[in-house]
Amino acid sequence: MNALAARRRHPAAIVVLLLLGLLVTGGAYSFLAPKDANAAATTAAADDVAKGKDLFIANCATCHGVAAQGTKSGPSLVGVGAASVDFQVGTGRMPLAGPNVQAPVNKVKFDDEQISALAAYVASLGPGPSVPDEKYTTVIQPGTPENNKAIAEGGQIFRVNCAMCHNFAGAGGALTRGKYAPALDNTTPKHIYEAMVTGPQSMPVFNDMNLTPESKQKVISYLKAQESQANVGGLTLGNLGPVSEGLFAWVFALGILIGCAVWLGKKAA
Amino acid sequence: MNDNETTDQGTGTSLVRTSGEGREVLPASLITGVDQFENPGLPPHVHRAADDDPAAAKRAERQVATMFALSMLGTLVFIVSYFAVPDEATFFFPGIGLAKTQNVVLGLSLGFSIFFIGIGAVHWAKTLMSDEEVVEERHEQASSPEDRAKAVAVVNAGVESTQLPRRPLIKYSLGGALGLFALPLGLQVAGSLGPTDIEELKHTIWDVKDNGGKPIRLMRDPEMTPIRFDEVTSGSVFHVMPETLQKYLDEGKHVLEAKAKAAVILIRLDPDLIKVQKAKDWGVDGVVAYSKICTHVGCAVGLYEQQTHHLLCPCHQSTFDLTEDCAVIFGPAKRPLPQLKITVDDAGYLVAPEGFAEPVGPSFWERAR
Repeated sequence: MNALAARRRHPAAIVVLLLLGLLVTGGAYSFLAPKDANAAATTAAADDVAKGKDLFIANCATCHGVAAQGTKSGPSLVGVGAASVDFQVGTGRMPLAGPNVQAPVNKVKFDDEQISALAAYVASLGPGPSVPDEKYTTVIQPGTPENNKAIAEGGQIFRVNCAMCHNFAGAGGALTRGKYAPALDNTTPKHIYEAMVTGPQSMPVFNDMNLTPESKQKVISYLKAQESQANVGGLTLGNLGPVSEGLFAWVFALGILIGCAVWLGKKAA
Repeated sequence: MNDNETTDQGTGTSLVRTSGEGREVLPASLITGVDQFENPGLPPHVHRAADDDPAAAKRAERQVATMFALSMLGTLVFIVSYFAVPDEATFFFPGIGLAKTQNVVLGLSLGFSIFFIGIGAVHWAKTLMSDEEVVEERHEQASSPEDRAKAVAVVNAGVESTQLPRRPLIKYSLGGALGLFALPLGLQVAGSLGPTDIEELKHTIWDVKDNGGKPIRLMRDPEMTPIRFDEVTSGSVFHVMPETLQKYLDEGKHVLEAKAKAAVILIRLDPDLIKVQKAKDWGVDGVVAYSKICTHVGCAVGLYEQQTHHLLCPCHQSTFDLTEDCAVIFGPAKRPLPQLKITVDDAGYLVAPEGFAEPVGPSFWERAR
């Protein structure tokens, strides 16, 4: 303890203390934060809709109502379509782990078969967008001139329709009151497509008459092409533009300058 | 005031004049013995290793020379790698990721070469150059009266030799020429404060006069395809440009100027949510169109939250409430976004029959006139 006390005025002490504080807070949060409820029911049923209905009643009815008519805690699911279910459940956003401003991406709690059963049940409640055709969720690979042109057009559509919320590089961004547009880099083509047709949460709807399926395919291909492109600029700093880059320059460049100034001001021994 | 005195106490904190040699500067109070804190004075001068030990001085000299040599090495690396490193070469930089070899090598080598010149010079100053503290006396700022009189005489003689006092024609014409010459400088500043034609600021290409008086179709941006009313489903957002933009796109001229003011966002929400009758009337069954140009400083307001029906501006977070005719509910914007009146034409396409009723975008002085 004496050794510690002797070093408490060391210039590095404050840095060490800050790091320690952050570590303890972060550790405590991850330990205490609500865990995923594991309530996947496996009920064998003859056909998809019936199986989906059972799954729905076991996992979703608390908030969405037994007939998916909606309650105070959750919206009605009549007419949201299979695409909506496939997106919300397939990305782990639903079932919601706890009340929050926005459903975050989470561990997926159902297997593919269960998700399609749930989707079939919800789709049977009323007409809505269906899970997209694989033809339009296949990524166009760069290489040939016409493919490159399609990807460039996808970039144009992305910048006009999506970039204001999802950032020019698809890195995501903040909305109001803690809501946010998520980053798109780890989202599968199918889920990007479904988000566009269903407009989950704060996102508006981009139906197939607004952006044609071909246009959506181009947008997806643009995002994936951007992801696979080699970035030789070193750290991306989250692709957030001047804010993170400016902060980096202020912290590191100014740190070095202050270090130099301190050394300059010190008397030589 | 005497430059040897401080302002507060007459009793004597004035400095004792020391001879040029002296390092001890003590306030007079210590000498007169007034009851005050003891002035510690300057700390004793400590000799550096290189001051007394020739071996240490030699070592410091070598250190400085080494730093300068490292700087030379850095510059040589820069020159060599400028030619030697191929443009497309990349490598993995630990902690940073994939990086372009040429950028990293050129930047670091040039950085090191200037850095080592700098720290070499500082190390030289700190170890070898004299570090004696020197007391310098203050002097009267003004020159002596004789010197001043001499200077005035020189100036007067100069004025006399130009004959200016005797030749007013030259004096006034020179004054006029110099005075007039200042005008163009000011004129450029004043002239660049804004467009001379104010109508240009108020005009957008939604003006039906640009379309021969016919209603203008709403087109998807960037595809430039017309939008049918039934395509705008609930919760949908369309980013819109006028049909009249096509002319600019075809000509390839002034496209950005035309686009900058014409950008419109088309949204469909439940008509019962719209609380303002005018906003309902100017739309079609909950489909409403608003200028996308923020009334604060003109950024594109594109962030639409489907659940709250708020439109956000990404630049300064101005927030417009779509249910209240785009009234400002947060942020620095002062006016609501102008609404574009829309109807459906015979073919089922959305059209703007009148253009904007007020100038779009940020305020300007002549806006109301």
